[in-house]
Amino acid sequence: MSGDSEVRLGLVLPDVLGTYSDSGNATVLSKRLEWRGVPATIVPVKLGEPVPSSLDLYLLGGGEDEAQALAATHLRAHRGLQEAAARGAVVVGVCAGFQVLGTSFVTSGGVEHEGLGLLDATTRPGERRAVGEVVARVDSLLGDEPLTGFENHQGTTTLGPGSAPLGEVVRGVGNGDGSGSEGARTGHILATYLHGPVLARNPALADLLLEWVLGEPPKPLALAEVSALRRERLSGVRFGHRR
Amino acid sequence: MVNHQEMSLGSPAGPGHTLAVASARGLPLRTRTAIAAGRLAAAASRLSKLGNGGVIGGRAALMLDPDALRRLGQGRKVVLVTGTNGKTTTSLMISRLLETLGPVAANGDGANMPDGVLSALAKRPDAPYAVLEVDETYVPWVAERIQPACLVLLNLSRDQLDRVGEVRATERELRAAITRLPDTTVIANCDDTLVTSAALGASRAVWVSAGQEWRDDSASCARCGQAIRHEGSHWSCVCGFSRPEPAWSLVDKNLVAADGSTIPLELQLPGRANAANAAIALATAAELGVPPELAADRLRSITNVAGRYRRVNVDGHAVRLLLAKNPAGWNETLPMLDQGVPVVIAVNSQEADGRDTSWLWDVPFERLRGRSVVASGERATDVAVRLTYAEVPHITLKDPLDALQGIESSEVDLVANYTAFRDVNARLRA
Ligand SMILES: [Zn+2]
Repeated sequence: MSGDSEVRLGLVLPDVLGTYSDSGNATVLSKRLEWRGVPATIVPVKLGEPVPSSLDLYLLGGGEDEAQALAATHLRAHRGLQEAAARGAVVVGVCAGFQVLGTSFVTSGGVEHEGLGLLDATTRPGERRAVGEVVARVDSLLGDEPLTGFENHQGTTTLGPGSAPLGEVVRGVGNGDGSGSEGARTGHILATYLHGPVLARNPALADLLLEWVLGEPPKPLALAEVSALRRERLSGVRFGHRR
Repeated sequence: MVNHQEMSLGSPAGPGHTLAVASARGLPLRTRTAIAAGRLAAAASRLSKLGNGGVIGGRAALMLDPDALRRLGQGRKVVLVTGTNGKTTTSLMISRLLETLGPVAANGDGANMPDGVLSALAKRPDAPYAVLEVDETYVPWVAERIQPACLVLLNLSRDQLDRVGEVRATERELRAAITRLPDTTVIANCDDTLVTSAALGASRAVWVSAGQEWRDDSASCARCGQAIRHEGSHWSCVCGFSRPEPAWSLVDKNLVAADGSTIPLELQLPGRANAANAAIALATAAELGVPPELAADRLRSITNVAGRYRRVNVDGHAVRLLLAKNPAGWNETLPMLDQGVPVVIAVNSQEADGRDTSWLWDVPFERLRGRSVVASGERATDVAVRLTYAEVPHITLKDPLDALQGIESSEVDLVANYTAFRDVNARLRA
């Protein structure tokens, strides 16, 4: 955290990366902080505005192809996000935001765009759009709580050795490169294809991000509604054996 | 019932109302047969309660005769109505106005895909006018075949991203379709930048300043991607794309014509969005020859639209039924809710609703703080989580009618998305 006690959550380019309601992730994080007595502010950073490097956490959501290319161009020109990441700030990308954080992505028109290179991930258009519920098994990172969310993307993402997958798909498509993986992580840079928003459906992931920000695990926070939603979304999913 | 239909199908030359249809329109045998088959399927679907008979019937007919839509649209003035929100309401309004000119075929049941459109035309083959709401993704296909007299574009915003796809792709497809309609007048809301972009290439456009509260999908230019600048009611982009001069403007609840004359709307339907729908309906009807004062008068008699906005008595509660199925719709609905009146929110995620409920997070439910709220519908739990993070105290009950039981207030607002609304409406009519 940056000196003072308030956590500053950057909502990066909600005007172009806000199509899939991922700004809800900022709402979730700020409330989970407030309810534990930690003041939090959401700082929207819009297209055309400089990106501050002083924030504690940055959220990038899903968007349309053209918007995603605009976002990448803007973020490459204003390097606040990359500077913040270099000093250890937490960065979370969802869907198009995931692809932008990688080294490169090809939009459906066939144009290759340079990403921010914060994750070792490249994205190309897949043959079919992946749309539907996703369940992914994760490792001890999230205390064995499976991830649940809704994916809606054309891109397939391949990870290089510099990034590890977030989980292994049990239902749905995820990264879609044939490896069965979902999402990516390098240090405190984390990305996923899951909407929902992902942090509303996966409180363990939300709290992991907050632990990275706060430097210690946040106090337990049980929300009956969220537990009920997880039960519903995960019911009927067979997890099988770990590979 | 089925037998009667079967006879029409099996003996196309014999007497029967299917034949009356066909001879009146001079349709070829293939189309007549297709319509008859469609009616059979519709009857069967009503019998087996598969769903809306209109939809199944049209589908069967289109399979048998893909050219049926063009033939049934021929020789009459067709108005197609599309947009993310307000299609059903605006179509009903335009129908009521065109009825002053002659019989109107309409899909007032909300079956707005090609099969539903075909069913509506087949049901009223003699009507010289047709007013058809069309799902925005099907407009290019339907319009190409029907070549409508008027195409009405209400608004475009995010809706059912898993089914409809991204709104900018929809805009591009509409834009391309409109350039292929040389004889169509497009009536379009020039306060919506995406609608304007789609309609700009029309051979003739009537611009209506009907307002657009929701701007989260139009912050950047549809033509070049740069930021749209708003100054009062005007908007523009550095690329030159800008708001055209409207022929009609909605100012408060009055419609102002280009010559400055003002028509008070005084609708019974609530909300800003319905005033916008009325403005566009009136502009469309004026285009087809209905005098605006007469039109406004007729619009004042509309009190509900396919069950929406009506009040029904349920176990002693006066329940007002409202439909809101996406963030822009909710944005228009929230101000309609009376302070102090409990709200039941019913959300489903059937295919027609979109399977993804993420959109709930784009709705400012925080504005419901201080009210008594019930989360209901198949996705009640998703609503409950959203309300929790909005710090809106609530209870969760999946069945929206059960949800009414525990409420003490005599008045209740029930706001439901598409299939949740349809189900509640059907149960209350039963
Ligand atoms: Zn522009």
